[in-house]
Amino acid sequence: MTADDWNRVADVASVVCLLGGSLLAFAAGVGVLRFPDLLARMHAGTKPQVLGLVLVLVGLGLRLRDGGAVWALVLVAVFQMLTAPVAAHMVGRAGYRTGKIDSRTLEVDELTRDLSAAQEAQRRRRA
Amino acid sequence: MTVVVWVCGVLLVAGALLSVIRIEKGPSMLDRTVGLDIVVLTIIAALGLYAAAYRRADVVPILVALSLVGFVGSVTIARFAAVEPEGEGRVLTREEIAAREAELRAQEEATDDERGVPDEHHGGGAEGEVR
Repeated sequence: MTADDWNRVADVASVVCLLGGSLLAFAAGVGVLRFPDLLARMHAGTKPQVLGLVLVLVGLGLRLRDGGAVWALVLVAVFQMLTAPVAAHMVGRAGYRTGKIDSRTLEVDELTRDLSAAQEAQRRRRA
Repeated sequence: MTVVVWVCGVLLVAGALLSVIRIEKGPSMLDRTVGLDIVVLTIIAALGLYAAAYRRADVVPILVALSLVGFVGSVTIARFAAVEPEGEGRVLTREEIAAREAELRAQEEATDDERGVPDEHHGGGAEGEVR
């Protein structure tokens, strides 16, 4: 295969990745509008945050095919993976504290369990 | 390539519009925060799409900056989230604003009549003033 063929293969792969990323962003829009409560909306919102963004960045990297730019794109993905959990944690905890979360819809509720265990321990220490 | 760029662009714009509708609807600040997060992500994806379509590597630093500051907004709002009264987190309609204004004005007039001091809100006369 010549270099020209490889360029075409890279372009096609990048197009597929870009399409996938855009689809995930669209799915997030639909989900955040249609889902019933805060946690479900957060779940929809995380779709483009990691996989969608990584797909778009891979598509962009395959299209640019330039060393420096590709390293900057890796940096973007790493930053996003570091900051997305921070934001999700803060929003989820704030939702729990302001009563936006219906505990009947939760399968596992470790925060309530840990909080009541901590309160119990505190009461025992005072007594 | 052009067709794919158009398809991707339409998908991104549609997703962003749907989350803007969610931002408008609320019902709480945190739902709006989630919507805003998705809008920022869509902007990053759209910039990536633009850079890919025109092979512009100089857009990449903007992506780095946006991915760094994109989460600041939602963290800040989540930090200051408070329990909101039901029905508070929305924009009032014109009629509701008019009703509230009328109520306030009626209250003001009632207190003015009671005390007989029309210019109360301008501070009134100085204390110990010689007339």
